[in-house]
Parts: sequence; C-alpha cells; structure tokens
Amino acid sequence: MSTTPIINPNDPEKDYSILNLGPTHPATHGIFQNVLTMDGEMIVKAEPTVGYIHRAFEKLAEHRPYAQITPITDRLNYCSSPINNMGWHMTVEKLINCEVPKRAQYLRVIIMELSRIADHIVCDTVIAVDSGAMTGFLYLFQWREKIYEIFEEVCGARLTTNIGRIGGMERDFNEKAWARLTAFLKEFPKALKEFDALVTRNRIFVDRTVNCGPITAERALAYGFTGSNLRAAGVDYDVRIAAPYSSYEDFEFTVPVGTTGDTYDRYAVRMAEMWESMSIIQQAIDKLPSGPIHADVPEFFLPAKELVYSSMEALIYHFKIVMGETDIPIGEVYHAVEGGNGELGFYLVSDGGRTPYRLHFRRPCFIYYQAYPEMITGSMLSDAILTMSSMNVIAGELDA
Amino acid sequence: MTTQELYDFVLANSENISSSIVTSYVDRDFPCFEVKKENILEVMKHFKESTELSFGFLTTCCAMHFPEQGDKEFGMVYHLHNMQANTRIRVKTFFPKSDLKISSLVSLWPSANWMERQEFDFFGVQFQGHPDLRRILNMDEMNYFPMRKEYPLEDAGRDDKQDKYFGR
Repeated sequence: MSTTPIINPNDPEKDYSILNLGPTHPATHGIFQNVLTMDGEMIVKAEPTVGYIHRAFEKLAEHRPYAQITPITDRLNYCSSPINNMGWHMTVEKLINCEVPKRAQYLRVIIMELSRIADHIVCDTVIAVDSGAMTGFLYLFQWREKIYEIFEEVCGARLTTNIGRIGGMERDFNEKAWARLTAFLKEFPKALKEFDALVTRNRIFVDRTVNCGPITAERALAYGFTGSNLRAAGVDYDVRIAAPYSSYEDFEFTVPVGTTGDTYDRYAVRMAEMWESMSIIQQAIDKLPSGPIHADVPEFFLPAKELVYSSMEALIYHFKIVMGETDIPIGEVYHAVEGGNGELGFYLVSDGGRTPYRLHFRRPCFIYYQAYPEMITGSMLSDAILTMSSMNVIAGELDA
Repeated sequence: MTTQELYDFVLANSENISSSIVTSYVDRDFPCFEVKKENILEVMKHFKESTELSFGFLTTCCAMHFPEQGDKEFGMVYHLHNMQANTRIRVKTFFPKSDLKISSLVSLWPSANWMERQEFDFFGVQFQGHPDLRRILNMDEMNYFPMRKEYPLEDAGRDDKQDKYFGR
C-alpha cells in the first residue's frame, strides 16, 4: 500500500466535515477516539487519540515486589489475562534461572491456549456484530463464559485472573476443572462449526469484509505488526514457533497465514487459530506428565498454608514473599510470549532491589494501532469500524 | 546459531560502524551493543539495511533513567529482530541530562513514531527529526516527565510507609 495521498485533507476547494468518533461510542468497543475528516462518507484523514485509560503501569511496577506485578499484567490485554500473567512469570523465571517442571509448563499451555480461544472469540464475534450478524455472536459468546468457568475453577477469578505463580502454578487443576475442560473440548467444536457455517461464507459478511482495511506484509512489518494481524498479511511469524517457551516445542500445530491482510483474512486467521489451539490443548492433556506443579524455589513460591502454621522455615519464606523481601539477581531480561493479539514482551531491568528498576511492556496493539489512520484513509466510515474491531485493539493494553 | 556465535557474526559484519560501538557483550540470550548517541541513526541503519544482518523489525524501544550515573543518566534501549534468521539483538545508548537530544528512528521504522512519543511523554527524551513529537498517553498540559526517578509514586509527605517500619 503506497502512502502517497490520493486525497488531500487540506484541499481548499473541498468542504470537509469533522466527525468525532469516540471516545465512548458503542461501535468502537472500548475507549478509542478518532477525529475523522470526512468527505461525505469517505474518510480523508484520521487522527487517533489514545491514553484515556492510562494507569501508569510501568511506574506502578517500579514500586511493587515481583509477585505483586502479576495483577497489573491482568489489566493489560484483559481479554486474555492468563497469557499476560504467564508471560510475566516466565520473565521473572528467566531472571532467576528457574526451570519450571514439565507438568506446570503443560498446565500453563492449556491455560494460555484457552485464553487465546477466549480472546479470538471476542474479536471474531465482534467483527460479525459490526457487520450486522448478531446471531453468531450470541451463539459463540457463551463459550467464552465456559472458558471463564474453567479459569474460575483453577484460580478463583474470571477476568482478572492472576493465574499461576513465579515458579509454576499455584495449584493443580481440580476434578471440576478437568470435567469442565473435557466438556468444553467436546462441545466447543460444534459451536465453532455452527458459527463458521453462519458467518464465514455468508455473502453479506464476505462483501463487507473482503478488501476492507487491507495492509501489505511490508507495511505491516514496518508498523511493528505481530500476531494474527501480521499473519493475516502473509508473514508466518509466531513467537510460539520462533522462540518456544513453556514447552511449545513439544506440540504440533500449524501457523495459519492470510494473503491480503484485510479484515476477512484477519478474521479467517483467528478462526483457524482457534482450531489449532484446540489441538494444542488436546495434545497437552494427552501428554500431560505427572509430577510437581512448581519448581523448588521457596523464596518465590508461597509455601502451603499448613506448613506456614507448623514450620518455622515456611513461615519465614511466607513472610519474605508477601512483604517482597526476596533477593533478586541483578540483570536485565527480555521475554516475549504470543499474546492474544501479538508479541507481548517484557523488558525487565533489575538492580537487585525488591522491585524492578525498570519494567517496559511491549504492548502489541499500542505499536500496531498507529497504522490505523493509514489503513482507513480513503475508505467508508462503516469500514473503519470493521477495521478497528478486526485489529483486536484492546483499550487496556493500548493505554497501559 | 548460539548467542555467542550471533554476537561474533554481528561484530564481524559491523566493521564500518565499529568506531560508533562503545562496548559490546553477551547478556544471557541477547548480544548487546552500546553505541554512541550521535551515531545511533547510522548504526541502526546499518543493522537494518546491511544484507548480512538485516535486523528489519523494531521490537521495542524504551528510555531509562539512572540518576546516579552522571554522563550516562538517561538511556535508550532498542530491541531489533531479524525475523527470517530468527535472531535478536539489543542496542543501547546513554546520554547526560543536559543533552536529551537523540535522532529519531521514524525514518527507518514508522512503528518508532508512537514508541518514541511514549518515551518523550514519560522521560522527556527529545527525538530529533520526529514528525510529531507530542505527548501521547498523558495530558498535553502536563509539565513534567513522570517516569523519571525523582517523581515518587506516592505522596512524598506520607510517613506511614517508611522502610523502617518494615525492617528494611
């Protein structure tokens, strides 16, 4: 896509109108403001404003002990919080050189893939809603609820999960969680097929989404696209393959790619990824090894409550962890995970203190959202709405 | 390619910019290169466009603040990625508070636009040649740079959270 303006927003001959889209507009699914210069219904220029829900996470993280930063990461991409949590745990584990047992790694993979499905359900059904297909949305969205019920069994929370701990998982899956997971694996494919049949080949949907907000692979890379959006443009980059973490190298899965990088491709790539995630979860369950669910890092992993009441050592470790008095090695690490919408990176600098000296989040949608004006210039207003929902921009992550 | 091999490979293919590299070392899984601030654009251009290296993807860029380091008080850290070879490097540069000007990388990567605006917003680093250097997440009216270390997170007058009460 060339950047040469075919339309001049400063053309004195034209009488353009200004449209303020957002910040709280039902069609933007979050707090996004775009000041659009319109020629009739065509967008001539777009000026995005971000920062409406900025909460200073990087500054907050400099004042919190390592274990207390996990709840902050929940609130980045809140559609797939468990992936953020795991990414943060793995960053700290990299810093303290901690090898997590296989069982914990597999359990983490199950959790992360479930949340990837939840994330993609939100994004794909919302594309359908924005193009007028309310029914498919209602049918599939209840399965996100089922995934949250599994999270609830594992960690007690639904949306802001704080799941897992530095060094492993806080607890193994219980009977109920396994039962819910089995039911989900059995029933979800039917629902996904139903949604697929309702939407993917639907004439209206195809007409609305094909060639809507396209981006070439070259421009996508220049704009720092990662994740499904980059794959839709035809680049097969996936952090799970490029730099496997948490035993992803043990599983077989393919990386779906698109060709044109338009809304339809982004939708289709996410649909295909949900099937891949289902396959990864099944493989992880089949191969799930027995053994401990956390590494032997007493300085980071909270001891069992009975031990805290009965053993001196456990009480000391409990106190040290809760008060954030654990010694941390000096150093800096960068760790990336494949988040719901791209490469979620954590750049952590430790000076040996109780809190990180500096923590920088590589928030994928903050980086690729700056391509949005280029993608919608020259298109219709209704296409701009679809383009935004297909980019999977999450306000919490955008504004950190 | 191991990290050490990658490090040697990058150094071997960076002879034309070797005078700009202050130090270089391997840190865990990243070859790190500390470069002179004045030459950052030239160095990055080399890393990006040299056919051998072709680190064509800017993963992150973030600013740092070390109030005790004198001439190296502020810093910028860049992570570059060569997606085809699947290799990553880290590039750093440091500069004093009196000279917060550094070349913008927007001419190389459009994605640097918002990343640099964010670091300007929080640290006050002045990116030279940036097309639109405004605050991005904070209010335009703000007159300080909140991620600098001198700005406490909590009310400085608060005396119930001092370290002495926690045995530190």
